[in-house]
Amino acid sequence: MSDELTLSREDVVRLCERVEGAQSRAQAIPKLTDEYPRMTVADGYAVQNELRRRFVAQGQRLVGWKAGLTSKAKMRQMGVDVPSIGFLTDRMACPESSAISVSGLIHPRVECEVAFVTRETLRGPGCTAQDVLAATDHVLPAAEIIDSRFAGFKFDLPSVIADNSSSARFVGGGRARYVEDLDLRTLGVVLEKNGEILGLGASAAVLGHPAEAVAMLVNILAGLGESLPAGSFVMSGGITEAIPVGPGDSVVARFQELGSVSMRFTE
Amino acid sequence: MDNDKIERYGDELFEAFVARRSVPPLLGREPEMSIADAYRIQQRYVARRLESGERVVGKKIGVTSKAVQELLGVYQPDFGILTSGMLCQEGDSIDLGALIQPKAEAELAFVLKHDLRGPGVTAMDVIHATDYVSPCFEIVDSRIDGWRIKIQDTVADNASCGVYVLGSAKGDPRRLDLSLAGMLLEKNGELFSTGVGAAVQGSPANAVAWLANTLGELGIPFEAGEVILSGSQSALVPVADGDELVCTVGGLGRCRVKFSGRSAV
Repeated sequence: MSDELTLSREDVVRLCERVEGAQSRAQAIPKLTDEYPRMTVADGYAVQNELRRRFVAQGQRLVGWKAGLTSKAKMRQMGVDVPSIGFLTDRMACPESSAISVSGLIHPRVECEVAFVTRETLRGPGCTAQDVLAATDHVLPAAEIIDSRFAGFKFDLPSVIADNSSSARFVGGGRARYVEDLDLRTLGVVLEKNGEILGLGASAAVLGHPAEAVAMLVNILAGLGESLPAGSFVMSGGITEAIPVGPGDSVVARFQELGSVSMRFTE
Repeated sequence: MDNDKIERYGDELFEAFVARRSVPPLLGREPEMSIADAYRIQQRYVARRLESGERVVGKKIGVTSKAVQELLGVYQPDFGILTSGMLCQEGDSIDLGALIQPKAEAELAFVLKHDLRGPGVTAMDVIHATDYVSPCFEIVDSRIDGWRIKIQDTVADNASCGVYVLGSAKGDPRRLDLSLAGMLLEKNGELFSTGVGAAVQGSPANAVAWLANTLGELGIPFEAGEVILSGSQSALVPVADGDELVCTVGGLGRCRVKFSGRSAV
């Protein structure tokens, strides 16, 4: 994030309103860089911060963060060497085994992740995976429903960051575990839609170790002048490909040692 | 195909194995070859290896992932016979000079403590009959030019068996979640790919049950003490002189393998 702000305060507000409108109307928009080709990652986070400020002002509670673009393949595709991050609020949380309406979403996809719940504040820069593990209360399995507000899921890094890293809904559940009881690199994961296996992998697919992604997230927060408070829920990044879902689909993410998380989708 | 042709192709593959060179795809020369014909060629090729002093030590299951099945256009696994000359020890480095065009795959090996006699064998019978499971590497190799294989070519070529290495880690399958055990594959200290047991027919035990039933129909014995390589959980890894691979299976342990020398291709 060496780059600097190029957007004026007015532009930030304008783009935030555009993203917020796309989210609330569930209507895709062109990526922001089409109009602002010089937009940087810092600009993207400025728009995301404005979105967060508005959501909190509307009464949503900030419950945590997510890391995105955490696989080597996705990073290479986007030409980046750090993940993107997005914030999570209580309004995005869906209960385990619930019906999730897709009517508020544009083109939802599901991916499965290891989620961390922290018990101590984490501060960067210089936060390491060891620091994350030491500050973790427990881990649990989670499914994230991502939904880019950009047409065709086509975006670049500044645009996706402005769009809160495609955050839409999430489901935490399964079995909570202490990190010292697990090898967080080798947890196997199977993602099934309507009984068919569509995603397979092990947790090391996330930057070699999911705690590595959380450490990077903390360091990105430090760049924004923020820390990760105790009690945060952090999703560390998709282990498998994200799979598209629609009304009538039933999804189960099964994790070695962590149980499973399920949900179904309705109109 | 008549017996003369079956013998001729089996002998050709054996001679290619001995000479460490590849031959043109068999299916290109025998477009009518069935999978059953291909298994008869495999039997001839394996018989030649046994005549040269090897013995049968187990079986391997191949074509177990959806991706490979789609590539070959077949929707069931295949199998090959493991012979004593294929076993390499974990501490030794594998001599690529003995192989033609090798690639590595990480998988789970089963060692049986009871015979399995199909048909009628279920995945539950497999767990019951298993002494232990180990992480392992199979170094597949093809006697067919440029790996230009169709299913008949690889079946005839003993399911592209090369050599294999069992990790020293041993696990009781009753204490392991076979379908959800994750696998991490590292090449020269870097993450290469990840996988999970379910990549193999939903569970490696399902693949072994398929094998028991298939062998039962063919009247091929499947006995206590045999090693079964249950099918790749990783992408194919190209290997060269000096490479080191480690696969780690969650809840089980590791298998490490080193390579030296140069393969024929």
